[in-house]
Parts: sequence; C-alpha cells; structure tokens
Amino acid sequence: MKLLSRLSRAVWAFTRDYKLGALGGALVLLFLTVALLAPQLAPYDPDTISLRESLAGPSARHWLGQDNQGRDLLSRIIFGARMSLYISLSAIGIGAVFGVLLGMLAAYYRRLDMPIMRLMDVVLAFPGIIVALTTIAILGRSVNNVVIAIGIYHIPQFARLVHGLTLSIQETVYVEGAVASGESDFSVLTRYILPNCLASIVVQTSLLIPGAIMTAATLSFLGLGVPPPTAEWGSMLQNSLQWAQMAPHVMIIPGLALMLAVFGFNVLGDELRDAMDPRLKKR
Amino acid sequence: MVRYIAKRFLVSVPTLLLVVTLVFLAFQLIPGDPARMYVGVDAAQEAVEQVRRDLGLDQPVWTQYVTYMSRLARGDLGKSIYTRRSVVSELAPRFRNTLELSLAAIVFATLVGVALGTLATVKQGTGWDRLLTVLSLFGISMPVFWLGLLLTYVFSVQWHLLPSAGNETWRHFLMPTLCLSAFSLAFITRMTRSALLEVLAQDYVRTALAKGVREAVVVGWHALRNAMLPVVTVVGLRFGYMLGGAVVTEEVFAWPGLGRLLVTAVGQRDIPLVQGALLLFGAGFVLVNLLVDLVYGILDPRIRHR
Repeated sequence: MKLLSRLSRAVWAFTRDYKLGALGGALVLLFLTVALLAPQLAPYDPDTISLRESLAGPSARHWLGQDNQGRDLLSRIIFGARMSLYISLSAIGIGAVFGVLLGMLAAYYRRLDMPIMRLMDVVLAFPGIIVALTTIAILGRSVNNVVIAIGIYHIPQFARLVHGLTLSIQETVYVEGAVASGESDFSVLTRYILPNCLASIVVQTSLLIPGAIMTAATLSFLGLGVPPPTAEWGSMLQNSLQWAQMAPHVMIIPGLALMLAVFGFNVLGDELRDAMDPRLKKR
Repeated sequence: MVRYIAKRFLVSVPTLLLVVTLVFLAFQLIPGDPARMYVGVDAAQEAVEQVRRDLGLDQPVWTQYVTYMSRLARGDLGKSIYTRRSVVSELAPRFRNTLELSLAAIVFATLVGVALGTLATVKQGTGWDRLLTVLSLFGISMPVFWLGLLLTYVFSVQWHLLPSAGNETWRHFLMPTLCLSAFSLAFITRMTRSALLEVLAQDYVRTALAKGVREAVVVGWHALRNAMLPVVTVVGLRFGYMLGGAVVTEEVFAWPGLGRLLVTAVGQRDIPLVQGALLLFGAGFVLVNLLVDLVYGILDPRIRHR
C-alpha cells in the first residue's frame, strides 16, 4: 500500500513536470490496453467482409469507416495494435535473450570476445530493415518469421550493452570476492553479473520498442511482412495504396495509429530519461 | 595523420571480409535448389544438372566459398537469375540513383538540422525551443512511407504540383528528399541542441563572453565548431543507414534505386542479385564509418595521436 501511494505520487509529479511525457505515457497506456483487450474492445470481427459497404467513410456504426472490402477499420486498427505489440515484444525478447547471453560470454571469456563482438559489428553494419529483409528472403513470409527477422537485428544491440556492463561489473570487489571464494562461472554470471545488468536491459528494451513497431510495419508495407488478410498497420497501408485517391481515410487512419504509438513511446522515453537524469533536474 | 588513416583502414578490412563471408553463408541456408530456380520449374532434369555443374553448385561449400571470393576479388558478382545480366551491371546504375538521393537528403538534413538545433539552443526555454522539440519528436516518430503517401496525396493527387514517381528532373527530388531526410533532420536537430548546450556551459565560452566577444560570434564560431564532433558522428551514421533505409522511400516514389532492386530481388528469390546488393550496402556502411573516423581525426587532433 505504501509502495502504491509512493508510485502514484511519482506518477503525479512526473505528469505535473513533464506534460509531453505524460501525453506519451497516456498514448502508450492506450496502445497497451487496446492491444491486450482487442477481442473485447473491437466492435466487429476484423476480417468480416461486406463488399456492399466498400470504402464507406466514417459513420455511426463504423466510427473509422470501412476498407475496400468493407471490413471495419476500427476493429482492424485495434487488432493491428495487438499484432504490433506481439511482434515488437517477442522480437525484442529474442534479441534480449541471445544478446545478453552473447554479450556476457564475450566479456567474461576473453577468448570469445573477438569472434562474438566482431560478428555483432557485422550485423550492425547493415540497416535494420535490410537485415530483416534478408532474413525474410531466407526464411519466407510469415508472422513468426517477421519476429525472428526483427529479433536478429536486436541481438547486437543487447550484446554491446551487456558486454560493456559485464566488463565493468567484473572489476568490482564483490565479483572478485565471489570468484576468489570458488563460485562457479555459471553462478558468478547468473547471481552477480546478470542482476546488475538488469536495470539497463529493461531501459534498453523500452527504448527499442518504437523502432521494432516501425520495422514490423515497414516490412508489411513492403509486402514482406505479415501476410494478408491479417490486420496489421503496415499491410493496411500497403492495401490502401490503390484506394487512397477515392477514400483517403483508408490511408490516413492506419498511418496515424502507427505514428501515435511510436510517438508515445519516443516521447515517454525521452522525458523519463530527462526526469531520471539528476543533471537535467527541472528548476 | 598518415599512420592514423592506415590504422583505421586496416581495422575495417576484417569487418568487410566478415560481411562478405556472412552474406555468402546466409544464402547456403536458403531452402530450395538454386540450380532449379535458375532454369525454371518445368525444365528437364539434365538441364538442371548442367546448370549445377556450370555454376559449381555440385562442389562442396568450402570450394564454392573460395571460388566466390576469388571471383569477387576480380569484381565478378555473378549473373542475375531473372534478367541473366551481370549483377555488377544491374547494380551500378541503381547504386548511383540511391547515392544521389541519399546525398541530397543528408545535405538537406544536416544544413537544416544544425540551423534549427542552433536556433533551439539560442532560444532555449522559449516557445520556439518547445515547438522545435515537439516537431523533432514528431519527426523521429513519423513512418517514412506514411509521410511519403501523405505528401503524394497532397502535392501530386490533390494539387498536381509535383510528380509522384520517377527521378528525371529536380522536381522529382523534392518529395523523396524530404521524406528520406525527415528522421535524420529531426535527429540532427536534437543532437545539435544537446551538444551545443553542453559546450555553452564550458569555461572558455564564459571567458569569451566576459571579455566582450559578441554572442553570435561565440555561438556561431567557438561553440558550434566544438559541438560538431558528436554531430559529425550522427551525420555519418545516418548517411550509412540512409543508403539502406532509402528502400522505403524508393518504394513509395518508384525511385529506381538499390533498395527497390533488393526488394524486387528478394521477391523473385534472385540470390546473386540479393547477395550483390547486400555486399554493396555492407561495404558502403563500412566505408562511411571509415570516413567518419577520418573526419574525427581532422576535427579533434587528440584522437589521431592516441
């Protein structure tokens, strides 16, 4: 209870001092709620076709209008949020698990340092979207391959972070003590080093979410991501290309959803960083 | 300086070799028979075997790798499965188009970004500063393809002002350049602002102001020069990413660039072409990084003496 009241006071103070960050937080909260409760919130089935109402604009029954096949746009946006959240979180999860493992091993066992970190440099030599495109070229097109494709690109991001952290944590007295008292490598890595990296890993994860959401949508827009007819913001935009001239709402709405989600995460992250940096304390 | 350049150059060689190797190995994993893909699904088995021998696909992976590398050293990237033309002659004009667009975008992003970042710093805490902060946050959150679609809708479909596809005249450059530079422009604005704020807090700035140097000179000359170091890094990195990231902009505006070629090649599973394009992206990025290091050495003499 005490924790809860402290938390709510912190949230209130943040909202007061960082208006923009609070707006970002609200957008993120909205995105998460919509994604998690999609089946409960969506007014219609996102895939139900009604050709007679093709490209109908917003109305009382369909708040955001309908697409070329008469599918309810609001419901597709809602399920699209769910798809975005699923892809971005699982991709970053894959990146985190493998990246943390490789980064720790590279730093802890000096012999592995060169080969592992050089390999990471090579992956980082390509823009994320190109790595993802290539992976899709090799694996084929499906939702889970999109997850893998984006996940691969995130491995080096985590590996670099954890590599640096492990190198510095290794020098601390408590790790030296643990090694001296005969703890196994496994125990040193999991009980001493990993817990001390955790806070940075969590921060890193939240910073990478908007990029992952964007890359997933971009892949689908290029026709190499989530295959239709699954509701996904990028493929909705791809589909809108032919119809935007007649019915601009099919193009504007999915793009707006994507931008607001990414904007929310970016702004929240930005302002949270300012709020937590004592050098930038406001007034 | 020569030693510094030589050292940086030598470090980038193994990275480049690894890029090449990885690109080669990645496509050993691909399902399906490349020889069959080359001749087509309904070709006779004998023809498939013939192609397999001709392309050296019946050799062990190790031998294939050596052949691949020695061909690469002679500038031979093989032939496109789809058009049967040499990969090099397919890539060259596309690469030029991408380079032109990326150069236009990075120059635009750097000039405007540094100017806006400086403006935000000078007007720190005012409405201008806040407006620029919000705008740049929008800039880094804007999906490139959506921005492209909106621009096309307004300027091509509604107002008939600008062409929506192609790369023939300078008017074709306007929307793609804006589109491709949006993220970098916002990023450079933010970077310039924070770097400049940091420099302005230094003692020598206070000294300069105290001895009566005009503020415009202090900011525009002394501070901005020192704040450029992190900005150069960002500009370099962004340019490296632009070459590859241009793929989205190229798709939206039907720009005949390298990224668009890659997407098509991936769709058609044209492996030699995909490999060639990837190599070019990787090499371009390594090269840009090398250049950034060199500019660093010029801007900050301390670095090259380390």
